[in-house]
Amino acid sequence: MSDATFRPATEETPLARRILIGLAATGLAILVLAPLVAVFVEALRVGIGAALESLTHKDAWAAIKLTLTIAAISVPLNAIFGVAAAWFITKFDFRGKAFLITLIDLPFSVSPVVAGLCIVLTFGANSAIGAWLVGNGYPIVFAMPGIILATMFVTFPFVARELIPVMIEQGRAEEEAALTLGAGGWRVFWTVTLPNIRWALLYGVLLCNARAMGEFGAVAVVSGKIRGETATIPTTIEMLYQEYLSVAAFTLAAVLALLALVTLVLKTLLELRHADQLAATHRH
Amino acid sequence: MRPMLNRSPMPGLGLSMGITLTMLSLVVLIPIGALLLKGANYGLAGIWETVNRERVWSALFLSFRLSLIAALFNLVFGVLLAWVLVRYRFPGRRLLDAAVDLPFALPTAVAGISLTALYAPNGAFGALAAEIGWKIAYTQWGILIALIFVGLPFVARTVQPVIEEIEREVEEASATLGATRLHTIRHVILPMLLPAALTGFALALARAVGEYGSVIFIAGNIPLVTEIAPLLIIIQLEEFDYDSAAAIGIAMLLISFAMLLVINLIQVWSRRRIGHV
Repeated sequence: MSDATFRPATEETPLARRILIGLAATGLAILVLAPLVAVFVEALRVGIGAALESLTHKDAWAAIKLTLTIAAISVPLNAIFGVAAAWFITKFDFRGKAFLITLIDLPFSVSPVVAGLCIVLTFGANSAIGAWLVGNGYPIVFAMPGIILATMFVTFPFVARELIPVMIEQGRAEEEAALTLGAGGWRVFWTVTLPNIRWALLYGVLLCNARAMGEFGAVAVVSGKIRGETATIPTTIEMLYQEYLSVAAFTLAAVLALLALVTLVLKTLLELRHADQLAATHRH
Repeated sequence: MRPMLNRSPMPGLGLSMGITLTMLSLVVLIPIGALLLKGANYGLAGIWETVNRERVWSALFLSFRLSLIAALFNLVFGVLLAWVLVRYRFPGRRLLDAAVDLPFALPTAVAGISLTALYAPNGAFGALAAEIGWKIAYTQWGILIALIFVGLPFVARTVQPVIEEIEREVEEASATLGATRLHTIRHVILPMLLPAALTGFALALARAVGEYGSVIFIAGNIPLVTEIAPLLIIIQLEEFDYDSAAAIGIAMLLISFAMLLVINLIQVWSRRRIGHV
């Protein structure tokens, strides 16, 4: 008996299936894949030589170094926060836990531009704290610390959000057993907890890093976009684009797009290999 | 009454609580507090005076209107995507599944210039549209495309796990009782997906309202026509008008919190109505 004559009542007709798959594939191709391809097409418009040459320009190079530095500082700090917050929230019982989780998630519902604005208002030269810090030679806004704070703000929930559901599911029994057997707190963490959460931690760090290197709105507000000093890769892309240096802009954009692709491949691998150790209910 | 904190044999209470609360305060709470404090000094009347200008109103209205349309599109397309990716097996499925996450991974400035290159009158899609006299880049259509792009993964990713959990028995029961497939989908499956879909919708909406990077390149940024609210904040900051910037920032913050609250209430309502989800 062929498929056409026998069809389970819980499936759509083959025609309906084909139409739905077609719609999904076409929609994704136009909305998502086309912009990705366009980045590389525009970067290579006048050949790979011109593209590579634009990367060796000192402003482009300074931007790449700054972005790597920012990520190297803000991502580990957020990872430490994420682990500490997940430990605090899942290993202890206290009132106001739901409220604390809401506060940690808050940056996801705040516009990056508003986030940058908040940091300018707190640490800018016009504020009390900012004036004092500038007076002592530690400017925050229009300098590296401000960019780090802005980056940390927009990526704040990533690691904690990934770890909390995983650690709730794993419970406390293993840690309690280790404690009963006489292990100290740090030993329990390194030998019992960390091996259990390492893939989820890596997953959170991966997403946090992608966002940290690509953040534009919040950084644009706090950095002042000083060429060669406080211009990150995304803000340099904007400046180059507005000066009609299209190849240079799209080449830097292609660097970030490659980073995004690597992130997606690693993320997919983690989901395939370690699905059981990741937070299954939310995947973004 | 439950005690504030239960005694626990677990180590590390002081350290983990200390790191959590210190970093949360320093990075998130104090800066947001500074914005609200600025607003309090400025006063409700002052905020209203800033917001109640034609240029600010039209920017806020534009941001929220287009975000709503983009989120509605993503609500429908996201459910479709989730269904296709979970239920059907076809070549290229894994690739499509990974592509759904691209808007999360691709930096907004990259998406912004790339969408502009595609939809500008001399771009691949823009030229096609221009032939029928349809201008996309530098109009509200362009903003809509960018907002659809950034919000695309939210609904699909919240609905996918729910579809995976649906038990086939429910659909079989519905079919046995004589329902057509379309009937089953409409009256049995879609209601089960509603709470998750609304969550995704709310996330997509919140993201679109605050979106800046992917929009400003394609928008054209003409005051009263294609100028979005976040850009207006940046313009005020560049003029060192911190009061106006703060007023618009607070207005955006309040409106997005209000929207999230409404969506949460809808979710509570739909959970109660369906009961078991």
